[in-house]
Amino acid sequence: MSITPRMRALLALIAALALAFTVAACGDDDDDDDGGEATAGLIEENPDNNGIQITVGSKNFTEQIVLGEIYAQALEAAGYDVSKDLNLGDETVALEALESGEVDAYPEYTSTALTSFFEFAPEDVPSDPQQAFEESQDDFEQLGLVAYPPTPFSSANAVGLLTETAEELGATTISDLEGQSEDLTLYGSPECRQRIDCLVGLEENYGLRFKDFVPVDIGLRYEVLDKGDADLSILFTTDAMLFTDPDTYTILEDDQGVLPAGNVLFVARQETADEAGEDFGATIESVQENLSLEVMQELNARVDVDREKEEDVARDYLEEFGYVE
Amino acid sequence: MSVAAPTVVPLADVFDSFSGAIEFIFNERETAGGVGGEPVGGLEQIGDLLWTHVEVSALALGLALVIALPVGLYFGHRGTGELLAVAIGNAGRAIPELALIAFMAAFIGVGLLNVTIALAVLGIPPILTNTFVGVRQVDRGAVEAARGMGMSEAEVIRKVELPLAAPTIMTGVRTGAINIVATAAIAPLAGVLTLGDLILSRNVVGDDGVIAGAIVVALLALAVELALAGVQRLVTPRGLKVQRAGA
Amino acid sequence: MLDLAALLPIAQNGDGFVRDPAESGTSCVAENDTVCVGWAVDNIDRYVTPTLEHLELVVLSVGFGFALAFAMALISHRRRWLVPTFTGVTGVIYTLPSIALFALLLPITGRGTTTAVIALTLYTLQIIYRNIVTGLANVPEASKDTGRGMGMTDRQLLWKVELPLAVPEIIAGLRIATVSTVAIATLAVFAGAGGLGAEIYNDIDFKTGIVVSGTIAIAMAIAFDALYVLAQRWISPWRKVRPV
Repeated sequence: MSITPRMRALLALIAALALAFTVAACGDDDDDDDGGEATAGLIEENPDNNGIQITVGSKNFTEQIVLGEIYAQALEAAGYDVSKDLNLGDETVALEALESGEVDAYPEYTSTALTSFFEFAPEDVPSDPQQAFEESQDDFEQLGLVAYPPTPFSSANAVGLLTETAEELGATTISDLEGQSEDLTLYGSPECRQRIDCLVGLEENYGLRFKDFVPVDIGLRYEVLDKGDADLSILFTTDAMLFTDPDTYTILEDDQGVLPAGNVLFVARQETADEAGEDFGATIESVQENLSLEVMQELNARVDVDREKEEDVARDYLEEFGYVE
Repeated sequence: MSVAAPTVVPLADVFDSFSGAIEFIFNERETAGGVGGEPVGGLEQIGDLLWTHVEVSALALGLALVIALPVGLYFGHRGTGELLAVAIGNAGRAIPELALIAFMAAFIGVGLLNVTIALAVLGIPPILTNTFVGVRQVDRGAVEAARGMGMSEAEVIRKVELPLAAPTIMTGVRTGAINIVATAAIAPLAGVLTLGDLILSRNVVGDDGVIAGAIVVALLALAVELALAGVQRLVTPRGLKVQRAGA
Repeated sequence: MLDLAALLPIAQNGDGFVRDPAESGTSCVAENDTVCVGWAVDNIDRYVTPTLEHLELVVLSVGFGFALAFAMALISHRRRWLVPTFTGVTGVIYTLPSIALFALLLPITGRGTTTAVIALTLYTLQIIYRNIVTGLANVPEASKDTGRGMGMTDRQLLWKVELPLAVPEIIAGLRIATVSTVAIATLAVFAGAGGLGAEIYNDIDFKTGIVVSGTIAIAMAIAFDALYVLAQRWISPWRKVRPV
């Protein structure tokens, strides 16, 4: 018996399929093709920006990805060649990516930058956004990075719990947990274990000891409260769920100022900023003007609650406020 | 999407990574990023993670055995349900591990019990199929002889079919165990801190920690495989060993 | 300094953009209580790219795995002493948990699809190699004798007699390897690649998303399985398709 014609045909088919997929794999990326057309509204495409490559990154939770999309799409509309590398990881991963050139820019919070990168104590973080911005500017400069002025909204970590749990504990502030925290489990992101505006601050500044700290993916921070696995969970003050379900979830007041709020600064490599010219900073500052607290929460809600894609939500924002057509 | 060409990394860097990982296993160190918190690494932490990994894997394997063995034995003995037994084996291979763990975490909850159940689901198909097939393949002559000697059906299963099917069953147990130990590595996504926590938390433990976690869990998997292979040799009746050697 | 932007009424440009919080929490996905079929149907196109990425991972890995295992089988066919070595090595590799293998490859190949494909390829080796070897070993002596009797050289014997007769066994191995790879490829997200696993991981609490991605993965596995059964029947219709 020899290889039948049938077998030959099948082998040829398999080879063809494999080849087709390999070719497809080496083909072009599925990047957004929305730049290039002249846009009405505030962002004008500047042909001088064509050919300038910018990679926009972001950290690994909804708000960050939405911000990354907004900045990326705005820069794209201004004529730059933008590629996205969102969802990098936590702040240490993002900074590493920025310094190594894997990304050219990403949005960071003043509070995170000051406490995690520049070793500020939480109580030393200025509550005035402009001041916090200026404090971090110098430190960023030393890393060869440039930070742009802050967004209108700010966000902070918060110790959250189910409202009914809060009532049972009789707690309205974090300090109220004193004496009771030994019986409570706290759930947070993996990097919370090493952040002063997270577990480290709660243990050192508030002096709280918890029954257990369990690291879980940021995306599960409400899930673990719902299921009763967590007594306490680290939430963000800009979370949509705090506003769609205000009777279900509560956050404890940070009476000792250990969890400072931070506005977002778009941080970029100095070389990128130099090469990109004036439009870079101008576009960034313009597009973030309408990011008030309510708008940011709305954007978060559309992704976290309504499960829309971050890309679409960012586009809606840009269209709504007249940045793109 | 493009398939990036692999960057060529100097061999020296690779050795550095691995020696850093070995260092991580034995000595504690500061966390990789951030400003403080508990130190990471060291034998105690590795030991804790290893213990949890073994614990959840053993519980899951036990649960899988308790469910799959009796069912496989029963139907194998009766001779019915072959299509189903084989289909379950095939289906088991198709279960996407991440979807299973995420499903557990989102629908039912995080924690040891839930992860154990999820892992058991991965262990049941190979054990069930192999038990069934193993029993079916037992020499009918031996079974008839046993019945002729007056054994009850239960005794036939226990004294004839089970021992003779043991090698095949053990193959299934080995496959199931490997599936379980491997998937237990992503249990941290559902709140159970196994060795996978080191691999998944690069920002906290650093590159060294990630590789350390990979090394330890790989060694664990190999150890489990060798141990079960040893058990398989023990339970293979001498007669069958001769048969197999000739195959 | 006064934050003027915050003082400007949003109504200027974004009138109605910010919805009343109480209203937005009531749709099926907002509740996230159960699987939202309606949402899934409306948004199915967001799963197209991840599905294609996943498909790519599977096809490349099984393709490379087959090529590699086949080469190994050819090499060890005339040098029987290599068989236990190859079997042992591929077996050891298969034992390694996938995220561990990804982590070990990272220093060498970096994050991305390449690393994922390398690891997934390595995982297919054990079953494909084993099945090719078993298939060749199960060729009846009679057939080989006939071939030799016809004056075939060893090489002709291999390609015209032994391999064709081993095809069902080989396809059985490919079948198992492909189905397994579809499942394991969900973990490729941890190597920095995409696929259905990335879709799950990036929205890890979204019940409907998990169910849709998981269902697509299982459907893909079933589809491949059926394709292999058909191929097996088409190539050698005289043979009963053995359950694997």
